[in-house]
Amino acid sequence: MAGAPSPQDRPIAPHVSIWRWHVTMASSILHRVTGVGLYGAAICLAIWLIAAALGPEAYAIVDTILSAWYGQVAMYLVVAALAYHLANGIRHLVFDTGAGLVPADADTSAWFAILFAFAAPIGLWALLTFGG
Amino acid sequence: MSNSERRMRTPLGRVRAHGASGEGTGHFIAQRVTSIALCILAPWFVVSAALSIGDASYLATIDWVSDPVNAVGVILLVAIGFYHMSIGMQEVIVDYITKPSTKMILLFLNAAFPLVLAVGAIFAVLLVNFGV
Repeated sequence: MAGAPSPQDRPIAPHVSIWRWHVTMASSILHRVTGVGLYGAAICLAIWLIAAALGPEAYAIVDTILSAWYGQVAMYLVVAALAYHLANGIRHLVFDTGAGLVPADADTSAWFAILFAFAAPIGLWALLTFGG
Repeated sequence: MSNSERRMRTPLGRVRAHGASGEGTGHFIAQRVTSIALCILAPWFVVSAALSIGDASYLATIDWVSDPVNAVGVILLVAIGFYHMSIGMQEVIVDYITKPSTKMILLFLNAAFPLVLAVGAIFAVLLVNFGV
């Protein structure tokens, strides 16, 4: 377009590196990271169901992976990621109503979502160990 | 585009039909509606499956999937969850992938792969319940 300044000449927004670190930045990034991680977890859920339908031989492969230490670690991380994505997703649904957007409130709810990601897998483990 | 035309046209007129696909609002609403369903389905699945299939054995899994409530719940989880994750990943792809050819390939895979996997998983649940 003649007359329009080329992209290089335009002023650019302050880059991410000059911002002071803030918990709401972490909560936003974590929502994406956990979302992408849960994409992989959902693929594993589908494989688990398909293996169960295929029969005991196919399921044995899934069982081996789930029972191994890396399978257990992966399930812990999936529960943590799901708990975070759930809590932060509810936080965003509240934001959509216009509530909770004051910086102090947004910080508090962000910390709550992060704490819930740690608490939920531990709570589930406690329920399985001491409850059932 | 001539200079006079550029002056006469409104800013809205100039950007129309040069932006995204026009499905953004629908995806925005769908992402929130599906998230409300997943607020119930995802924690239910984690707790119910963890309590019933703690050892991940084949028979415990088949037992759990054979329960009608669990079967309906997990089919809903797969259908709604895979739709939710496909929209979410589409947003991530259009945000970070700028090369048009790579973007189109990833968008296609992100549309096709979850659909195929979801149908496979739902069919697996039906097979466990009604199969031979």
